[in-house]
Amino acid sequence: MSGLDTVIEGVLLGGVYALFALGLSLIFGIMRLVNLAHGDLILLAAYLVLSVTTALGVPLLASTLLIVVVMFAAGYALQRLVLERVLGDDILPPLLVTFGLSIVIQNGLLLAYGADSRRLQAGAFESSSIALAPGLSIGLAPLTALLTAIVAVALMQLIFYRTALGRAFRATADNPQIAQLMGIDERSVYAIAVGISLAVSVIAAITFGIRANFDPSIGPARLLFAFEAVIIGGLGSLWGTLAGGIVLGLAQAIGARIDPEWQILAGHITFLAVLMVRPRGLFPSRRP
Amino acid sequence: MTVEIMPTATSCETNLAAPPVWQVRVGTRLSRAAAVAGVAIVIALLLLPAIASRNLIQDLIFVFTMLALAQLWNVLAGWGGLVSVGQQAFVGLGAYALFAIVTPLGIDPMLAVPLAGLFAAVIAAVIGPLLFRLEGPYFAIGSWVAAEALRLICAQFKSLGGGTGMSLSPSDLSQMIGLKWVQALFGLRPAAGRDVLIYWMALLLAVVVTFGIYAFVRSRIGLALAASRDNAAAARSVGVRTDRIRYFLWIAVAFATGMVGAVVYLQKARISPDAAFSVTDWTAYVIFIVVIGGVRTIEGPMIGVLLLWGLMYHLGQYGSLYLLLLGALAILVMLLMPRGLWGTVAHRWNLQLFPTQRRLSRNDPS
Repeated sequence: MSGLDTVIEGVLLGGVYALFALGLSLIFGIMRLVNLAHGDLILLAAYLVLSVTTALGVPLLASTLLIVVVMFAAGYALQRLVLERVLGDDILPPLLVTFGLSIVIQNGLLLAYGADSRRLQAGAFESSSIALAPGLSIGLAPLTALLTAIVAVALMQLIFYRTALGRAFRATADNPQIAQLMGIDERSVYAIAVGISLAVSVIAAITFGIRANFDPSIGPARLLFAFEAVIIGGLGSLWGTLAGGIVLGLAQAIGARIDPEWQILAGHITFLAVLMVRPRGLFPSRRP
Repeated sequence: MTVEIMPTATSCETNLAAPPVWQVRVGTRLSRAAAVAGVAIVIALLLLPAIASRNLIQDLIFVFTMLALAQLWNVLAGWGGLVSVGQQAFVGLGAYALFAIVTPLGIDPMLAVPLAGLFAAVIAAVIGPLLFRLEGPYFAIGSWVAAEALRLICAQFKSLGGGTGMSLSPSDLSQMIGLKWVQALFGLRPAAGRDVLIYWMALLLAVVVTFGIYAFVRSRIGLALAASRDNAAAARSVGVRTDRIRYFLWIAVAFATGMVGAVVYLQKARISPDAAFSVTDWTAYVIFIVVIGGVRTIEGPMIGVLLLWGLMYHLGQYGSLYLLLLGALAILVMLLMPRGLWGTVAHRWNLQLFPTQRRLSRNDPS
């Protein structure tokens, strides 16, 4: 039974990693921007939800909805006020600005909240589980995280291929100049993309913050997991990213089963192995 | 405008009697003056331990090693287009290699430094081809993942102290080549004498790295790399083999970064995986130095490291507030003056102490 246990744990963990990865994948796909502050922004969202929940005494769901709106607005503003000015042919400036942002957020959180570990409180929900078989049960919270990831990918896919906004996204990703000629406001498309990326990050932050402790220093590791999920899954495919997250979660769960110290290392080595054997990822998009 | 004579080497040889009317020049009058001043400054710094306090010597070890790291990151990212966020990997590998060969094998620490660099270079040669499969911005996070993986692997070696780290024993350090001589020369105790030796190594590294990079950037290969950064297709069409140059640069930078890491931890004499592979200490500070001073200039990292040293003196005790301010400053510089402090000044007044641009100038008929 313990083998099956590990597999289930890995798959559920993969759901969280896929949620980390979605926002990163979205803005890279549309605007070729790698946001090195992605992990720290996820953490910022977790802390904001924590603050709102405790300050207003509202349920977790209500504060999450509020912070989704706040982070969407923050993403929109970040793109219009900062990132827009450095995007261009040269890859150096956007990388350096987002790296600077990562350090600013990380140390800002440290100043505001201290280095102590925190956790989001979800009441009975976080500890309840469903019994599948004698001795085998699934935690309700991790299962919800995986289902949320699946719904998020499906929604994103729907937005991408069935709505006018999605058409604008794809057109701008393919050729920003021609998209502009067709009347698409490239600047607002980019800002909405960053906004959605940060809004999805709030969902990622919640699913993560309920199941594990967090402190201000762990942002970069979230970025690396998100990135590994994207590359393992294959660039340009959202379902691939979900699969990549699950592969990464499985690798970490199996590594942790062998030796708790190997959890993260097993994930990194799986990533490097995929890079060696299938540099385009396991499920690359069919579009070139 | 017509060019009377092609400014090439062959036309110079065949037409020795008449000097070419157009000539490619790099040096300026100011740069020649700067070279003289540079030599004087280096000589003064070499002699400094005769009068300087131990505190100043330790501060300057920090300044020189950070300067070397900043120059190395600058050539990799600025000229090579390899924006690495994983240079802490090579600092850590160099430092750990030093600890692994000094204590168990009894190799002299001074000799262990180049060996540590070699070890970092070998690992770079192995992981380079993997990371190079990640394009442009994704290379940045890929290099970070590699550094994290190497940190976790180092923490697995129980003989090197595992996750908690280890110290160099005083008996290993007391036998350093030249230590007795330095102690006798300046009348110092062993620990202070060791700092002086390490100070000279750090100075040597900073000078060799700076001039090595300057020579590289001015060389044909450096020009080829700059051409490929500005227009990859055009550079390839004239025969620039960018991938090979980048691979060579990646390994050479890892070699020097490993040596810097070895020198830093020789001075600290205590190592742990979290410290030696710290992204904040060995990459964030380094990137801020380069960005604030000026990317793609040799002078920028010098300005940047002096600024960092000054800020650290006044704000260093605030810890996270200090880092927050540095990060915010780097973002502002990137937004408002992307050339950095030195780059902006140099552009405005056309100052170049280490000129790298090639200018076509007309010889006056004399």
